[in-house]
Amino acid sequence: MEIILQRFIFKYAPRETAAVCVLTIASLPFYYLSLDVPKNIFNQAILGKNIKFPTELFGASFSQVGYLFLLCVWFLLLVIINGGIKQYINTLKGRLGERLLRRLRFELIVRIMRFPLPHFRKVSAGELIPMITAEVEPLGGYMGDAFAQPLIQAGTLLTVVTFLFVQNPIMGLAAIALYPIQGYIIPKLQRRVNQLGKERVRAMRKVSERIGESVAGAQEIHTHGASGYERADFSERLGLVYRIRFEIFQRKSMVKFINNFLNQMAPLLFYSIGGYLVIHGDLTAGALAAALTANKDMSAPWKELLDYYQQTQDSKIKYEQVTEQFRPENMFPEELLSVAEGPAAPLDGPLAFANVSYSEDGHIKLLESISFTVKPGEKVAIVGRTGGGKEVLALLVARLAFPDGGKIMIGAKDFTTLHEHVIGARVGYVSHNAYLFSASVRDNLVYGLRQRPISPRQRDEAVERIRRGWHAESRRAGNLDLDIEADWVDYQAAGVAGPAELTQRLVEVLSAVDMEEDVFQLGLRGTIDPKARPDIAKAILQARAALQERLASDDMRNLVEPFHPERYNTNATLAENLLFGTPLGPAFDSDRLAENPDVLKVLDKVGLTDDLVKVGRQVAETMVEIFAGLPPGHEFFEQFSFISSDDLPEFQALLARTAKAGAEIGANDRRRLLTLPFKVIEARHRLGVIDEGLKTRVLEARRIFRDELSPDGRRAIEFFDPAAYNASGTLQDNILFGKVAYGQAKAVARVGGLIVELLDQLKLRSAVLEVGLEYQVGVAGARLPPGQRQKIAIARNLLKRPDVMIVNEATTVLDTQAQAAVTEGIFRECEGRILIWVLHQVALARRFDRVLVIADGRLAETGGSTELERPGTLFAELLAAA
Amino acid sequence: MTMKEEVEVLRNIPLFAKLDTAKLKLLAFTSERLTFEAGQALFNQGDPGDAAYIMIEGEADVLVDTANGKVAVARLARNAIIGEIAILCDVPRTATVIAYTKLTTLRIDKETFFRLVTEFPQMAVEIMRELARRLDKTTEQLRQCMSRVGAASA
Repeated sequence: MEIILQRFIFKYAPRETAAVCVLTIASLPFYYLSLDVPKNIFNQAILGKNIKFPTELFGASFSQVGYLFLLCVWFLLLVIINGGIKQYINTLKGRLGERLLRRLRFELIVRIMRFPLPHFRKVSAGELIPMITAEVEPLGGYMGDAFAQPLIQAGTLLTVVTFLFVQNPIMGLAAIALYPIQGYIIPKLQRRVNQLGKERVRAMRKVSERIGESVAGAQEIHTHGASGYERADFSERLGLVYRIRFEIFQRKSMVKFINNFLNQMAPLLFYSIGGYLVIHGDLTAGALAAALTANKDMSAPWKELLDYYQQTQDSKIKYEQVTEQFRPENMFPEELLSVAEGPAAPLDGPLAFANVSYSEDGHIKLLESISFTVKPGEKVAIVGRTGGGKEVLALLVARLAFPDGGKIMIGAKDFTTLHEHVIGARVGYVSHNAYLFSASVRDNLVYGLRQRPISPRQRDEAVERIRRGWHAESRRAGNLDLDIEADWVDYQAAGVAGPAELTQRLVEVLSAVDMEEDVFQLGLRGTIDPKARPDIAKAILQARAALQERLASDDMRNLVEPFHPERYNTNATLAENLLFGTPLGPAFDSDRLAENPDVLKVLDKVGLTDDLVKVGRQVAETMVEIFAGLPPGHEFFEQFSFISSDDLPEFQALLARTAKAGAEIGANDRRRLLTLPFKVIEARHRLGVIDEGLKTRVLEARRIFRDELSPDGRRAIEFFDPAAYNASGTLQDNILFGKVAYGQAKAVARVGGLIVELLDQLKLRSAVLEVGLEYQVGVAGARLPPGQRQKIAIARNLLKRPDVMIVNEATTVLDTQAQAAVTEGIFRECEGRILIWVLHQVALARRFDRVLVIADGRLAETGGSTELERPGTLFAELLAAA
Repeated sequence: MTMKEEVEVLRNIPLFAKLDTAKLKLLAFTSERLTFEAGQALFNQGDPGDAAYIMIEGEADVLVDTANGKVAVARLARNAIIGEIAILCDVPRTATVIAYTKLTTLRIDKETFFRLVTEFPQMAVEIMRELARRLDKTTEQLRQCMSRVGAASA
């Protein structure tokens, strides 16, 4: 990557830059003419100096008026030509700048991918992100202008000066007399501004880094009550940024001031020298006036040049300061990142380390002359004390680090020069803190199968043409032109024929890591679009019918209360009973139901409003009675109360206001009270406030609500329908189509078990798993517990059937039972392959064909575990310590 | 059965007899009413203690694991409180409890129970009194056993 910005621009856009420059120069004569023509219009056409009318031109004769119009048309033509050229140049510049900016960003991002892994301990995302997003942004505008702007402005300036010299050499000289002084002073002042600019970038970067830290460490900040300390720190840093920025501002405006001042000096020179010349008769007063006018034309390009100069300095600093952060030592060679052309050949043959050493930052030796060979099919355990080098050894085997001495071979191939796509396809590595991408479970699993686009995406010809244009532009900007929307999944690498078989295989690897059941549960809690998957929707409706049938049996009867259009469901809230559907969006949220015009209309129509207000008052009385004795903010409010602790005093006052028998309840109080009954679940809360009469009328309201709902309201709710799939409910909701009853011991578990049993009977397990695979895992997999994240990361590696599989303490976050199951699964899947496992629990080494004991960066012992397990060995010592 | 009726039941349990109505309502409201069919286990010996149960209706057997299998040691009826030891001492269930007839209980989970006790010292005192009474009873039984053993060996 070029160290100097100008060189970067010229290297990647030589033709465009040259075109802009040539066009700029070509436009100058037209500019000169556009200065000259008005003079002629004035002097010749209007004043009639140095010309006789009618005059001959292009073989035609012109009167004075005719000549005036001719010149005016000529002037108009020049204006159009000038404007046209300018517009064209601007377009070229814009494209040039944007293309270069895209290239620069892409180059920086690629460089992050080439960073040696230890470098990530020194840089944070908080520093890198603003550099690529915000810091280089202004460079886009500058890069388009970099060569053209000085040409245009200096050219314009030169044109004006030339014009002045042609008018009167002395005046011309006077006009530029002060330029040398400006040329001397301004760069001097600018130098300090440049320095400050660098400081500002550094200070701001530190702020970004600290913001990143305070986001990542939010929990620690709260745990330790350190927000005061953190705020003081930010205050200090922002103060520094403020001081630097303000000083830059002051100095920049000082430069402008001096410049303006010197510019004003020019007329002074004209008046004094020109005046002297006029008085002595060496110059006409008219010429002096003309010179003064022309001088005014000089100030604009001069100002532009000065701005350009400042911008150049700013951009130079930005570019240098950004790019120097992207030039760490020992970057991955660019060639290793090339995209595969076809399937990677298997890495057959033994993996052989010969005298391998590794040091960090070139001086701290972490591994020294390690030699060993692992044959295909062999299972090797690496043990040793933490920090003794076993972790680094795993990185070397995974080719995430490169040795700085010795040789690593796999079969006949040099392991260190293999392309990354070969490593990616043929080597598996999972550490204890594997990362999941913010995508579905499925996407995360197939991540290791995406080394290259496999089959193109089918599109309309028109769309395809547009995409081709985009890809051509990508190439011009030095970006990758591969279609991200193509199918990148290498089914062959996973050993399957296509997408349908892949799902089968995904389930296999999931069960190998003891996660099939978890994904099944995720599937039950997942939603589908019944239009996109009518097969699953239909199957789920089958399961619903089957469940209803099973629940009819005696011992199950009380477990679930199904939704029935004509019955009040005592295990659902009053709101659910009224709406009889799933709210889509906030309109029918139970908290806001009392404000919803559709709901209020229906309540009034069936005369429920007054009764519900009464029920609301009863609920409020109970809540106040129960919770008034608790201190404000007690957990019970959040957990149990219908009224928050903040609102409790208000409700107390409300009850006192309306305590008198027959007291009129005001509109506001009515509205408040009306919010309460909607949340009542009769079977759970046992408040005894919903009697049979009320239920009948709620059912009546339900019917009217459904029949008379406004079109807006209709879009905000999906009604329950015993015969239809509810798209906004989960699979489980759809199967259940009702509420698990409160008060029945172990009802949730029993119903859950029943659902699983039914789904298996109906052969719907794979359909549910498919839905589970679409579960979005969240940023860094945060929506899954750590154990499940780890299991997915392991499964992801097993899926690609690697020739060499490295497990680096990857099962430590799992509980003992899961650990055993996952270990079994990995062994089963890695049959016949090389399996290298860095072990946290030394005792597990007994399972392996061979053990490598690493101590102080050296291979201390190697051999079978039985062979090593004797007094005096380091292995025995590690076993005893565990 | 509504909360009001549950409150009446709670009032008859010595442990809660001295609490005022509002507190009893809170206790009822924060607990879950749970029905067990005859033969269904409330919990098994060795399970983690996650809740206490107040018996509202029905009967239950307390069984203890011995070398000869499970042995019934007591039959509990209405107004009994079950499982409070496991949640007070944070030990696994010391016995198995099985519904003898259809059983209605109020289930108070551990968290809620502790919050109630910390919030209302009056309740803690009642619990202490109840436990002391039981300890006294156990000690008395032990003394009788010891003297019987002493008499036998003499």
